[in-house]
Amino acid sequence: MTPVATPFFFYLLAGIMVIGGIMVITRKNAVHSALALIVTLLAQAALYLMLYAPFVAGVQIILYAGGIMVLFLFVIMLVSIERAAKERTFNKQWLVGLAAGLALGALFIGVYEKGKVIFPGRMTAGQEGQNTQALGTMLYGQYMFPFEIASLLLLVAIIGAVVMAKKRI
Amino acid sequence: MNELLHISTLHYLVLGAALFLLGVIGVLTRRNVVIVLMSIELILNAVNLNLVAFSRHLGGLHGQVFAIFVITDAAAEAAVGLGILIAFFRNKETVNMDEVNLLKW
Repeated sequence: MTPVATPFFFYLLAGIMVIGGIMVITRKNAVHSALALIVTLLAQAALYLMLYAPFVAGVQIILYAGGIMVLFLFVIMLVSIERAAKERTFNKQWLVGLAAGLALGALFIGVYEKGKVIFPGRMTAGQEGQNTQALGTMLYGQYMFPFEIASLLLLVAIIGAVVMAKKRI
Repeated sequence: MNELLHISTLHYLVLGAALFLLGVIGVLTRRNVVIVLMSIELILNAVNLNLVAFSRHLGGLHGQVFAIFVITDAAAEAAVGLGILIAFFRNKETVNMDEVNLLKW
């Protein structure tokens, strides 16, 4: 199936993502930030579909928008948000932080100007189907060792989170 | 105009850079630790977008495998970070970044 209206969907999703990102870092209420982040993550999952990566898109929705964001929302409920709503949103050195961020942006623009000739204007045609199958073969074949290390990392993270959140160790 | 309408790898890279920038500004300017952690998630997502775009650019699947590993890392980081946040909130009754000064003298 050839893609239809790629520029329209790309710019729509990119706009949703950037606006969502701006909402995440400017909203006073942490719950609003979390909801904006969920919208950003869903738009990104759609972009993964446009990049012929359906498995990563599914993982993005299930794990990120589902799992991690629910964790965030639970913690927001646990810590008090009423007090935080009355306080300053930004810290004292926000001006310095913003300047550093804009300097990084200038650096990105410089890299863009220098490096844009490397990339061809058109993308190669993506291969369809078999994506999940091929990824599974790679994960359990070539990337076996990193895969096992990732599972170990998750085990360590689970133990660490339980120990951290425990009342009395 | 033609360049803008043919969506290439470069478009995805620029979008990734913009999201990365938003995440960095969020980390540097916000006080609430929860939102700082969310900004870190934004940064990781920008990297993921770049990885998948390069995977498409080079015609392989290695970038997507890497993106899955990054998502795993993000899950682990969120779990540990929020655990630390709960422990901190229990001690100091605050979630503000600039009140985390237990090691300052």
